Amino acid sequence: MSTETEHTTESEKSDDEHGHEHPSDKKYFQIAGILAILTALEVGTYWLDSVPGEILIPLLMIMMVVKFFYVAAWFMHLRFDNSLFMKFFLSGLVLASVVYAIFLTVFEFWHKG
Amino acid sequence: MTNQTHSAETSTGLSHNKLGMWVFLGSECLLFGSLISTYLLYRGRFADGPAPGDIFDIPFTSVSSFVLLMSSLTMVLALSALQRGDERNNRLWLLTTALLGAVFVGGQVYEFTTFLREGLGYTTSPFSSAFFTLTGFHGVHVSLGVIFLMSLYVSSARGNLHKERAETVELIGLYWHFVDIVWIFIFTVIYLVPSPTS
Repeated sequence: MSTETEHTTESEKSDDEHGHEHPSDKKYFQIAGILAILTALEVGTYWLDSVPGEILIPLLMIMMVVKFFYVAAWFMHLRFDNSLFMKFFLSGLVLASVVYAIFLTVFEFWHKG
Repeated sequence: MTNQTHSAETSTGLSHNKLGMWVFLGSECLLFGSLISTYLLYRGRFADGPAPGDIFDIPFTSVSSFVLLMSSLTMVLALSALQRGDERNNRLWLLTTALLGAVFVGGQVYEFTTFLREGLGYTTSPFSSAFFTLTGFHGVHVSLGVIFLMSLYVSSARGNLHKERAETVELIGLYWHFVDIVWIFIFTVIYLVPSPTS
Protein backbone atom coordinates (compact mmCIF):
# COMPACT_ATOMS: atom_id res chain seq x y z
CA MET A 1 0.00 0.00 0.00
CA SER A 2 2.72 2.35 1.04
CA THR A 3 4.79 1.44 -2.00
CA GLU A 4 1.79 2.05 -4.25
CA THR A 5 1.24 5.51 -2.72
CA GLU A 6 4.90 6.37 -3.12
CA HIS A 7 4.77 5.18 -6.71
CA THR A 8 1.69 7.32 -7.45
CA THR A 9 3.24 10.38 -5.84
CA GLU A 10 6.42 9.88 -7.84
CA SER A 11 4.36 9.45 -11.00
CA GLU A 12 2.41 12.68 -10.35
CA LYS A 13 5.61 14.53 -9.58
CA SER A 14 7.08 13.25 -12.81
CA ASP A 15 4.00 14.46 -14.70
CA ASP A 16 4.36 17.89 -13.16
CA GLU A 17 8.03 18.06 -14.01
CA HIS A 18 7.29 17.31 -17.63
CA GLY A 19 4.28 19.58 -17.69
CA HIS A 20 1.70 16.98 -18.76
CA GLU A 21 -0.72 17.58 -15.89
CA HIS A 22 -3.83 19.32 -17.27
CA PRO A 23 -6.56 21.16 -15.33
CA SER A 24 -9.92 19.66 -14.39
CA ASP A 25 -13.11 20.23 -16.42
CA LYS A 26 -14.37 22.44 -13.57
CA LYS A 27 -11.38 24.73 -14.05
CA TYR A 28 -12.10 24.91 -17.81
CA PHE A 29 -15.68 26.03 -17.04
CA GLN A 30 -14.33 28.69 -14.67
CA ILE A 31 -11.98 30.01 -17.36
CA ALA A 32 -14.87 30.05 -19.87
CA GLY A 33 -16.90 32.03 -17.32
CA ILE A 34 -14.12 34.63 -17.02
CA LEU A 35 -13.88 34.84 -20.81
CA ALA A 36 -17.67 35.28 -21.09
CA ILE A 37 -17.64 38.11 -18.50
CA LEU A 38 -14.75 39.85 -20.30
CA THR A 39 -16.60 39.55 -23.62
CA ALA A 40 -19.76 41.01 -22.05
CA LEU A 41 -17.70 43.94 -20.69
CA GLU A 42 -16.11 44.47 -24.10
CA VAL A 43 -19.47 44.47 -25.87
CA GLY A 44 -20.91 46.74 -23.17
CA THR A 45 -18.46 49.47 -24.17
CA TYR A 46 -20.29 49.73 -27.53
CA TRP A 47 -23.18 51.51 -25.78
CA LEU A 48 -20.90 53.84 -23.78
CA ASP A 49 -20.98 56.99 -25.88
CA SER A 50 -19.55 59.25 -23.21
CA VAL A 51 -16.19 57.43 -22.84
CA PRO A 52 -13.47 59.11 -24.94
CA GLY A 53 -11.36 57.04 -27.34
CA GLU A 54 -8.19 57.72 -25.31
CA ILE A 55 -9.69 55.66 -22.47
CA LEU A 56 -11.91 53.26 -24.44
CA ILE A 57 -9.29 51.91 -26.85
CA PRO A 58 -6.63 51.04 -24.20
CA LEU A 59 -9.42 49.48 -22.09
CA LEU A 60 -10.52 47.30 -25.02
CA MET A 61 -6.89 46.36 -25.77
CA ILE A 62 -6.30 45.29 -22.16
CA MET A 63 -9.42 43.07 -22.13
CA MET A 64 -8.43 41.59 -25.51
CA VAL A 65 -4.92 40.74 -24.30
CA VAL A 66 -6.29 39.17 -21.08
CA LYS A 67 -8.70 36.99 -23.13
CA PHE A 68 -5.86 36.08 -25.51
CA PHE A 69 -3.62 34.91 -22.69
CA TYR A 70 -6.41 33.02 -20.88
CA VAL A 71 -7.13 30.96 -24.01
CA ALA A 72 -3.42 30.41 -24.79
CA ALA A 73 -2.42 29.58 -21.21
CA TRP A 74 -5.36 27.38 -20.15
CA PHE A 75 -7.11 26.01 -23.24
CA MET A 76 -3.93 25.65 -25.33
CA HIS A 77 -2.07 24.40 -22.23
CA LEU A 78 0.91 26.72 -22.68
CA ARG A 79 0.89 27.16 -18.91
CA PHE A 80 1.50 23.44 -18.41
CA ASP A 81 3.40 22.29 -21.51
CA ASN A 82 7.11 22.49 -22.24
CA SER A 83 8.27 26.10 -22.58
CA LEU A 84 9.77 25.37 -26.00
CA PHE A 85 6.23 25.36 -27.50
CA MET A 86 5.59 28.82 -26.07
CA LYS A 87 8.94 30.09 -27.36
CA PHE A 88 8.14 28.97 -30.91
CA PHE A 89 4.68 30.54 -30.80
CA LEU A 90 5.90 33.77 -29.21
CA SER A 91 8.66 34.04 -31.83
CA GLY A 92 6.00 34.25 -34.55
CA LEU A 93 3.76 36.54 -32.50
CA VAL A 94 6.56 38.97 -31.55
CA LEU A 95 7.99 38.96 -35.08
CA ALA A 96 4.53 39.72 -36.53
CA SER A 97 3.93 42.49 -33.95
CA VAL A 98 7.27 44.18 -34.66
CA VAL A 99 7.07 43.85 -38.46
CA TYR A 100 3.52 45.20 -38.69
CA ALA A 101 4.12 47.95 -36.11
CA ILE A 102 6.95 49.15 -38.38
CA PHE A 103 4.66 48.72 -41.42
CA LEU A 104 1.94 50.85 -39.83
CA THR A 105 4.49 53.46 -38.72
CA VAL A 106 5.91 53.73 -42.24
CA PHE A 107 2.40 54.41 -43.58
CA GLU A 108 1.78 56.98 -40.81
CA PHE A 109 -1.16 55.02 -39.39
CA TRP A 110 -0.59 56.30 -35.85
CA HIS A 111 -0.94 59.95 -36.97
CA LYS A 112 -3.63 59.63 -39.63
CA GLY A 113 -5.57 56.71 -38.12
CA MET B 1 3.05 2.63 -30.39
CA THR B 2 1.62 5.48 -28.38
CA ASN B 3 2.30 9.12 -29.03
CA GLN B 4 4.06 9.43 -25.70
CA THR B 5 6.40 6.60 -26.59
CA HIS B 6 6.94 8.23 -29.97
CA SER B 7 7.68 11.58 -28.30
CA ALA B 8 10.25 10.00 -26.04
CA GLU B 9 12.16 8.77 -29.11
CA THR B 10 12.66 12.27 -30.54
CA SER B 11 15.90 14.17 -29.99
CA THR B 12 14.09 16.81 -27.90
CA GLY B 13 11.94 14.36 -25.96
CA LEU B 14 8.95 16.31 -27.24
CA SER B 15 6.38 15.42 -29.85
CA HIS B 16 7.59 16.75 -33.19
CA ASN B 17 3.99 16.87 -34.43
CA LYS B 18 3.09 19.22 -31.61
CA LEU B 19 6.24 21.27 -32.09
CA GLY B 20 5.42 21.52 -35.81
CA MET B 21 1.89 22.70 -35.01
CA TRP B 22 3.23 25.46 -32.74
CA VAL B 23 5.69 26.58 -35.45
CA PHE B 24 2.79 26.62 -37.94
CA LEU B 25 0.65 28.69 -35.55
CA GLY B 26 3.56 31.10 -35.06
CA SER B 27 3.75 31.54 -38.84
CA GLU B 28 -0.02 32.09 -38.97
CA CYS B 29 0.51 35.15 -36.73
CA LEU B 30 2.41 36.70 -39.63
CA LEU B 31 -0.39 35.91 -42.10
CA PHE B 32 -3.15 37.39 -39.95
CA GLY B 33 -0.88 40.27 -38.87
CA SER B 34 -0.50 41.30 -42.52
CA LEU B 35 -4.28 41.13 -43.13
CA ILE B 36 -5.15 43.04 -39.93
CA SER B 37 -2.60 45.81 -40.51
CA THR B 38 -3.74 46.16 -44.15
CA TYR B 39 -7.33 46.51 -42.92
CA LEU B 40 -6.26 49.17 -40.40
CA LEU B 41 -4.59 51.17 -43.17
CA TYR B 42 -7.63 51.00 -45.45
CA ARG B 43 -10.56 51.21 -43.02
CA GLY B 44 -10.92 54.95 -43.62
CA ARG B 45 -10.88 54.60 -47.43
CA PHE B 46 -14.48 53.64 -48.21
CA ALA B 47 -14.88 55.92 -51.30
CA ASP B 48 -18.62 56.24 -52.11
CA GLY B 49 -19.51 52.93 -50.46
CA PRO B 50 -20.72 52.31 -46.90
CA ALA B 51 -18.28 53.16 -44.09
CA PRO B 52 -17.39 50.53 -41.48
CA GLY B 53 -19.07 52.49 -38.69
CA ASP B 54 -22.32 52.63 -40.68
CA ILE B 55 -22.55 48.98 -41.64
CA PHE B 56 -21.24 46.85 -38.75
CA ASP B 57 -23.92 45.14 -36.66
CA ILE B 58 -22.16 44.89 -33.29
CA PRO B 59 -24.92 43.01 -31.37
CA PHE B 60 -25.07 40.31 -34.10
CA THR B 61 -21.27 39.94 -34.31
CA SER B 62 -21.08 39.83 -30.49
CA VAL B 63 -23.31 36.74 -30.45
CA SER B 64 -21.15 35.08 -33.16
CA SER B 65 -18.02 35.92 -31.17
CA PHE B 66 -19.50 34.44 -28.02
CA VAL B 67 -20.40 31.25 -29.91
CA LEU B 68 -16.83 30.87 -31.18
CA LEU B 69 -15.39 31.61 -27.74
CA MET B 70 -17.53 28.90 -26.15
CA SER B 71 -16.46 26.44 -28.85
CA SER B 72 -12.97 26.68 -27.35
CA LEU B 73 -14.43 25.39 -24.07
CA THR B 74 -16.17 22.44 -25.79
CA MET B 75 -12.94 21.68 -27.71
CA VAL B 76 -10.84 21.46 -24.56
CA LEU B 77 -13.57 19.32 -22.93
CA ALA B 78 -13.38 16.93 -25.92
CA LEU B 79 -9.65 16.54 -25.39
CA SER B 80 -10.06 16.15 -21.65
CA ALA B 81 -12.67 13.40 -22.17
CA LEU B 82 -10.44 11.43 -24.54
CA GLN B 83 -7.44 11.75 -22.21
CA ARG B 84 -9.62 10.11 -19.53
CA GLY B 85 -10.61 7.40 -22.02
CA ASP B 86 -14.22 8.66 -22.18
CA GLU B 87 -14.84 8.22 -25.92
CA ARG B 88 -18.59 8.87 -25.73
CA ASN B 89 -18.15 12.35 -24.23
CA ASN B 90 -15.25 12.98 -26.57
CA ARG B 91 -17.61 12.46 -29.54
CA LEU B 92 -20.29 14.61 -27.91
CA TRP B 93 -17.95 17.57 -27.36
CA LEU B 94 -16.31 17.21 -30.78
CA LEU B 95 -19.74 17.35 -32.42
CA THR B 96 -20.76 20.33 -30.24
CA THR B 97 -17.57 22.18 -31.20
CA ALA B 98 -18.15 21.50 -34.91
CA LEU B 99 -21.77 22.71 -34.60
CA LEU B 100 -20.71 25.92 -32.82
CA GLY B 101 -18.09 26.48 -35.53
CA ALA B 102 -20.74 25.93 -38.22
CA VAL B 103 -23.05 28.45 -36.48
CA PHE B 104 -20.21 30.99 -36.53
CA VAL B 105 -19.55 30.41 -40.25
CA GLY B 106 -23.30 30.62 -40.93
CA GLY B 107 -23.37 33.96 -39.12
CA GLN B 108 -20.50 35.20 -41.25
CA VAL B 109 -22.27 34.14 -44.47
CA TYR B 110 -25.37 36.01 -43.27
CA GLU B 111 -23.26 39.10 -42.45
CA PHE B 112 -21.56 39.03 -45.87
CA THR B 113 -24.86 38.69 -47.78
CA THR B 114 -26.38 41.53 -45.71
CA PHE B 115 -23.40 43.75 -46.56
CA LEU B 116 -23.73 42.85 -50.25
CA ARG B 117 -27.43 43.83 -50.19
CA GLU B 118 -26.47 47.14 -48.57
CA GLY B 119 -24.02 47.90 -51.37
CA LEU B 120 -20.73 46.71 -49.89
CA GLY B 121 -19.11 44.36 -52.43
CA TYR B 122 -15.57 43.00 -52.52
CA THR B 123 -14.39 45.71 -54.94
CA THR B 124 -16.54 48.60 -53.67
CA SER B 125 -13.64 50.27 -51.84
CA PRO B 126 -10.19 49.55 -50.37
CA PHE B 127 -11.98 49.17 -47.00
CA SER B 128 -14.37 46.50 -48.31
CA SER B 129 -11.58 44.53 -50.04
CA ALA B 130 -9.47 44.53 -46.87
CA PHE B 131 -12.47 43.66 -44.68
CA PHE B 132 -13.71 40.75 -46.83
CA THR B 133 -10.17 39.39 -47.29
CA LEU B 134 -9.43 39.44 -43.55
CA THR B 135 -12.74 38.04 -42.29
CA GLY B 136 -13.00 35.69 -45.29
CA PHE B 137 -9.57 34.18 -44.55
CA HIS B 138 -10.62 33.70 -40.95
CA GLY B 139 -13.90 32.12 -42.06
CA VAL B 140 -11.99 29.67 -44.27
CA HIS B 141 -9.83 28.74 -41.27
CA VAL B 142 -12.96 28.07 -39.17
CA SER B 143 -14.52 26.04 -42.01
CA LEU B 144 -11.36 23.91 -42.30
CA GLY B 145 -11.48 23.44 -38.53
CA VAL B 146 -15.08 22.20 -38.76
CA ILE B 147 -13.99 19.67 -41.43
CA PHE B 148 -11.10 18.49 -39.20
CA LEU B 149 -13.48 18.14 -36.24
CA MET B 150 -16.01 16.15 -38.26
CA SER B 151 -13.16 13.88 -39.47
CA LEU B 152 -12.24 13.23 -35.84
CA TYR B 153 -15.90 12.57 -35.01
CA VAL B 154 -16.25 10.05 -37.86
CA SER B 155 -12.95 8.43 -36.88
CA SER B 156 -14.20 8.10 -33.29
CA ALA B 157 -17.61 6.78 -34.39
CA ARG B 158 -15.81 4.07 -36.39
CA GLY B 159 -13.85 3.13 -33.28
CA ASN B 160 -10.50 4.46 -34.50
CA LEU B 161 -10.00 7.28 -31.99
CA HIS B 162 -8.81 6.04 -28.62
CA LYS B 163 -6.96 7.48 -25.63
CA GLU B 164 -3.63 6.57 -27.25
CA ARG B 165 -4.40 8.96 -30.12
CA ALA B 166 -5.32 11.89 -27.86
CA GLU B 167 -2.47 13.91 -29.36
CA THR B 168 -4.33 14.05 -32.70
CA VAL B 169 -7.27 15.71 -30.94
CA GLU B 170 -4.84 18.00 -29.10
CA LEU B 171 -3.27 19.15 -32.40
CA ILE B 172 -6.66 19.94 -33.96
CA GLY B 173 -7.58 21.61 -30.67
CA LEU B 174 -4.51 23.87 -30.86
CA TYR B 175 -5.53 24.92 -34.36
CA TRP B 176 -9.09 25.56 -33.19
CA HIS B 177 -8.04 27.64 -30.18
CA PHE B 178 -5.71 29.65 -32.39
CA VAL B 179 -8.58 30.47 -34.76
CA ASP B 180 -10.54 31.60 -31.68
CA ILE B 181 -7.61 33.75 -30.50
CA VAL B 182 -7.39 35.42 -33.90
CA TRP B 183 -11.11 36.23 -33.72
CA ILE B 184 -10.67 37.71 -30.22
CA PHE B 185 -8.21 40.11 -31.87
CA ILE B 186 -10.34 40.78 -34.98
CA PHE B 187 -13.52 41.33 -32.96
CA THR B 188 -11.87 43.99 -30.78
CA VAL B 189 -9.73 45.77 -33.36
CA ILE B 190 -12.13 45.67 -36.32
CA TYR B 191 -15.58 45.78 -34.71
CA LEU B 192 -15.37 47.24 -31.19
CA VAL B 193 -12.75 49.97 -31.63
CA PRO B 194 -14.81 52.91 -32.97
CA SER B 195 -14.71 52.88 -36.78
CA PRO B 196 -14.96 55.78 -39.24
CA THR B 197 -18.46 56.78 -40.36
CA SER B 198 -19.51 58.51 -43.56
